[in-house]
Amino acid sequence: MMSVTEMFSYIQGFLSADQDIREDIRKVVQALEQIAREILTVLQSVHQPSGFKEIPSKCAKARELFCTVRTHIADLKTKFPVEQYYRFHEHWRFVLQRLTFLAAFVVYLETETLVTREEVAQILSIEVVREKGFHLDVEDYLAGVLIMASELSRLAVNSVTAGDYNRPLRISNFINELDSGFRLLNLKNDPLRKRYDGLKYDVKKIEEVVYDLSIRGLAKEPESGGDK
Amino acid sequence: MSKREGEGCPKRRAEAVQDGDMTSSPVIAAFKVFQQELDTKHDKYERLVKISRDVTIESKRTIFLLHRVTSVPDVEDVLKESDVKLDGVRQKIGQIAEELRGEDINQFHRAFTPGVQEYVEAVSFQHYIRHRTLISLEEINARLVFMKAEKVDPKGSADSLPMGAQVLTFQVMPSDYLLGVADLTGELMRMCISSVGNGDIDTPFQLSQFLRQIHDGFSYIGNTGPYEVSKKLHTLRQSLGKVEDACYTLRVRGSEIPKHMLADVFSSRAALIDPDEGVA
Repeated sequence: MMSVTEMFSYIQGFLSADQDIREDIRKVVQALEQIAREILTVLQSVHQPSGFKEIPSKCAKARELFCTVRTHIADLKTKFPVEQYYRFHEHWRFVLQRLTFLAAFVVYLETETLVTREEVAQILSIEVVREKGFHLDVEDYLAGVLIMASELSRLAVNSVTAGDYNRPLRISNFINELDSGFRLLNLKNDPLRKRYDGLKYDVKKIEEVVYDLSIRGLAKEPESGGDK
Repeated sequence: MSKREGEGCPKRRAEAVQDGDMTSSPVIAAFKVFQQELDTKHDKYERLVKISRDVTIESKRTIFLLHRVTSVPDVEDVLKESDVKLDGVRQKIGQIAEELRGEDINQFHRAFTPGVQEYVEAVSFQHYIRHRTLISLEEINARLVFMKAEKVDPKGSADSLPMGAQVLTFQVMPSDYLLGVADLTGELMRMCISSVGNGDIDTPFQLSQFLRQIHDGFSYIGNTGPYEVSKKLHTLRQSLGKVEDACYTLRVRGSEIPKHMLADVFSSRAALIDPDEGVA
């Protein structure tokens, strides 16, 4: 039979153990955020007029930096029991979404395709399914993809400035496909839904770029070549 | 901002389908998988919310029932009745455990935490009335073990052995326990006031002592606990203050006021207590 005092100190034991874990996680997550910013800086240069030619080298550089990401994530995995992923999820949710975005952006720049969840997991050296360990939650993956969509709408604008008139058309097709994909989802009123609501503005912006290009006959799209 | 465009704009989509049929694209195929995964998760979440709501309602009813102990001659009858009710609640918690089988509990914690807290409140209230002590987390968890007779697939015909009882457990999280116990103090305060009203002089003093212990316990935890605990600590202080005031009044004036008048003195005090606190 436990007294009230004993009971509370027993619970307190739980709570401080929990706090210690959170402290450890926070440290690793900080390191991850740091490296994510570095990768972003590398990739940001593609928006520069001169950066368009350097896309392959920038992507290669980014992929190198992902090695460090993998080390940090390996470190993160050791900080808590794997079956308690969602207990501490909020701590790395943000950075994992950023990293997904960065991975998706690299893959898009390289191949102009949408990164799969499996590919992201591979780049970050984590799992896809929860049962296998530290994994990429589907909502975080989708959030990362949405961040990339707004980055691409910016890229469309800047590629026109840099004189690349075809890229916006390709981006437009890509984003439209993404939009159709997201329309399939029944999103609840949650952060992901909120972020998805922003996608239409990205779509709109890219459409405007494509419009500007096509009325000036700058876009060399096979089918829409007739409009003047 | 306009609302989300629903299915109402097929034009743009038709435009996007320049490069052949979209339905076979890998992107769409991938999103169909995501759709399924998200729907499954949301469905489970909703089911848990619903069970949790039932757990809350039944626990609240048990608490109302238990408040009658101050005014009925046979306490044991009320306790027995509450046992039956709590068994029902536990069965519902068994359903939660069933839903969570193979899942990460923390992923769905938000769905069922209100119900579990209310259950902790009810079960600890009953425990206090019976034993005059605080129920421990272990004692609560020990009663949340469920035997489920494994249902064998219909195709597994007669020769398949009955898999035997399968043990399913539900573990109340320490934070839910704490929050439930914090709510308990509101009930104890009510019990104190109403027992005074019934001319019971001993219970208020026992209660004030118990509440003080709990208060000290919470002060010990302080801000190491979850955020909601510090919020509840404020209400707890108020409850404790009311109980201490009641004991004070009893001590000072108890000998002066005739027993039959005590009820009036305290019912007017109890009316000053905000009606909505302690209920949540």
